[in-house]
Amino acid sequence: MNKSKILMFLAALLPLLLFVFPLWKITLEAPQYPTPLGMYIHINDFSDANPHDIKNINLMNHYVGMKYIPDAIPEFKIFPLGIIITTVLGLIIAFYGNHKWYLYWFIMMVLVSAAGLYDFYLWEHDYGYDLDPKAIMKFTNPDGSVMGFQPPLFGSKDILNFTAHSYPQLGAYCLGLGMAVSFVAYLLGRREKKNQVLRHEAS
Amino acid sequence: MMKKFSLLLTGILGFALVMTSCNNQGKGTSNGALTSNAAERVYVAPGEHDEFYAFISGGFSGQLSVYGLPSGRLFKVIPVFSQDAEKAWGYNEETKPMLNTSHGFVPWDDSHHPDISQTNGELDGRYVFINGNNTPRIAKVDLSVFETTEIIEIPNSGGNHSSSFVTENTEYVVAGTRFSVPVPQRDMPIKDYKGNFKGALTFISVAPENGRMDIKFQLMMPGFDYDLAHPGRGDSHGWFFFTTYNTEEASSLLEVNASQNDKDFIAAVNWKKIEEYVNGGGGKKMATNYAHNVYDESTHTATSTMKKEVLVVDPLEVPGAVYFLPTPKSPHGCDVDTTGEYIVGNGKLSADLTVHSFSKMLAAIEAEKFDGDAYGIPILNFEDVLAGTVKSGGLGPLHTEFDGEGNAYTTFFISSEVVKWKVGTWEVVDRQPCYYSVGHLMIPGGNSRKPFGKYVLAMNKITKDRYLPTGPEVTQSAQLYDISGEKMELLLDFPTVGEPHYAAGIAADIVKARSKKIYNLSENEHKYGIQTDADVRVERNGKEVHIYMSMIRSHFNPDNIEGIKVGDKVYFHVTNLEQDYDVPHGVSVLGANTAELLIMPGQTESFVWEPKQVGVWPFYCTDFCSALHQEMQGYIRVSPENSNLDLSWSLGE
Ligand SMILES: [Cu+2]
Repeated sequence: MNKSKILMFLAALLPLLLFVFPLWKITLEAPQYPTPLGMYIHINDFSDANPHDIKNINLMNHYVGMKYIPDAIPEFKIFPLGIIITTVLGLIIAFYGNHKWYLYWFIMMVLVSAAGLYDFYLWEHDYGYDLDPKAIMKFTNPDGSVMGFQPPLFGSKDILNFTAHSYPQLGAYCLGLGMAVSFVAYLLGRREKKNQVLRHEAS
Repeated sequence: MMKKFSLLLTGILGFALVMTSCNNQGKGTSNGALTSNAAERVYVAPGEHDEFYAFISGGFSGQLSVYGLPSGRLFKVIPVFSQDAEKAWGYNEETKPMLNTSHGFVPWDDSHHPDISQTNGELDGRYVFINGNNTPRIAKVDLSVFETTEIIEIPNSGGNHSSSFVTENTEYVVAGTRFSVPVPQRDMPIKDYKGNFKGALTFISVAPENGRMDIKFQLMMPGFDYDLAHPGRGDSHGWFFFTTYNTEEASSLLEVNASQNDKDFIAAVNWKKIEEYVNGGGGKKMATNYAHNVYDESTHTATSTMKKEVLVVDPLEVPGAVYFLPTPKSPHGCDVDTTGEYIVGNGKLSADLTVHSFSKMLAAIEAEKFDGDAYGIPILNFEDVLAGTVKSGGLGPLHTEFDGEGNAYTTFFISSEVVKWKVGTWEVVDRQPCYYSVGHLMIPGGNSRKPFGKYVLAMNKITKDRYLPTGPEVTQSAQLYDISGEKMELLLDFPTVGEPHYAAGIAADIVKARSKKIYNLSENEHKYGIQTDADVRVERNGKEVHIYMSMIRSHFNPDNIEGIKVGDKVYFHVTNLEQDYDVPHGVSVLGANTAELLIMPGQTESFVWEPKQVGVWPFYCTDFCSALHQEMQGYIRVSPENSNLDLSWSLGE
């Protein structure tokens, strides 16, 4: 088996680690929280960084009218299915070993991930802006518009007394690595093919 | 010329300064002058933690206070033997049973000698034990929650003073009686004390897995006063030593009549031998009555059980188990050095300390060199067991602690000072004044094989002019000395809660790692606890009403209750649904004849309210919990006794 094929198998399998490691983490820092509040986002679950963090984030957020972080969202069904399907496709592609398909898989994964991120952004926006009209505390921006509490998609941002951080976690890195490896597999496959042709011509 | 002169002058001044500072160093802190950088050495910057916990007994306050060292900052007063309205200790339905005794509910005691649990002779930071002196009891404070979780009453005892000291592996907590009493208690003339009263030394076993206390046996000793005690360690592990006074067995005007014998005794008790005897079926079961109170962390509720029997052991039935070591001048403190070889008797009416040798004691026992007996208990020859005498030059030695580096530190009540001396050579190497009349002293880990050293904390009985006056009653105090150098240096005075008798100190790291942040709501098994708002309700059972209430930032559920009537007995069972660190809520209702509740996250507590007046009465959160704390309030409507209004309750309607 040539190297590119092995790499493509590896690329297809790496995203499966999303079932083990979290995808993303949102952390909220404030003076009253020497241990920051944190939430891990997995492809099929939200979980506490420290015990009861989500409950405590909800308690904080209810003051400004934010909804409780739901126990389950439809994405928890769609994302795992998406990962399984793309992995199976990747494995089939690897099996047939046509390097051009490696590139198509790579492109597909870029598109799927972008869609996932966009979905995450939409959820965050809804979470940060769809506020209870009876909210205990209502804040407005200097221009008079209602202040939103959307956490950053990526990076850090000050929200009232909190500093929110939002960064990818090991699961996301595995996904990214899988995609990168598939691209490398494509490049390698192309060279192998070229060498093969050259060798063929030489003989 | 002028320039040269001034240079010379500067030189001389510089030389003088050097001389002065040398001189200062030499003098140390005599006359109470502080070392110049003392403030720096006790300063713990904002947000930083102290290096040690100090658990300081509250004496007549009945409690145990928690301080940090070296800062002397007070963190918490743990209610133990006295009711505490701030925390509802002894007021709420859950903790009332903790103060139950064979004499009924006793809401106060005199707490004296905290001691921290040990494993292999070193402090393990699981529990602090402390004795109630007046109505004899031993309490156990669990250091994962800093709450009293068990109290056991000591029968056949009076003035539970030579207590509560633990053995090397916390096999036993020992409680000795200061006042001998008739055993069993009975109606008899006081003047018949001599020969008829008994002094019980109680060995309470501590279960290794959950710390549960149980009286294993009571050793029925002659009717002396058993003043203080310490366990053997190292080679002397398995023995326990008790000082005695009033071997005269006087029952009146003891200040004179109990000070006649030139020597009293240190009683050496081989508890391992007695344990074997008892495990082999020895001892007699005696009918008695005492309370054993246990707080359960999952039900958040205490139960009190009356025990009806105790195993008593006659020392004469166990040959070789008990010996008397003659010790001059009514010894008070009984302290054992870190190796276990030396037993120090602090003869409070003398200037000198008597130090006995454990190995010499064993040799004398082996050789059967006895100087008579007292009530059949062999008395050893003073000279045969004496290791040495510390000629201190002080007056009224009370207590000694050890730093683990071969030094001992003894307090002198009358001459008001701490004296440092060398174990083995008995040579006095330093002395520093105390302000004033020092009692106990404490070195962190001092009652163990491995003291942490570094500081000694002296606890004073009198402060007079040391602090701003507060009328006739002024504070008592503790004083912190640095003992890391050859000379002790006074660093800090700080006031204490009640009278600081003794203290126990431990490296903070050992304890703080185990300290709980919340109680898990999912593990709450309180009979009237609730898990979610769905369980909130009000139930009537005749005249008894039970309110199952929740609290979370920033409301009660329910917060409107109607259908209560004058003459009802209303139980508020309130569960704090929070699961966040440091978010307790409090609650009380207007006219409640009891204390507020202060409820930790995940905990349930109950108070009883018997409304006497018709009306609509407010209740509110008493602990500033959140930005909406002021809104955390509710109303309860009380109708006339003959009203037929049904119970109803609501939130947000
Ligand atoms: Cu509150």
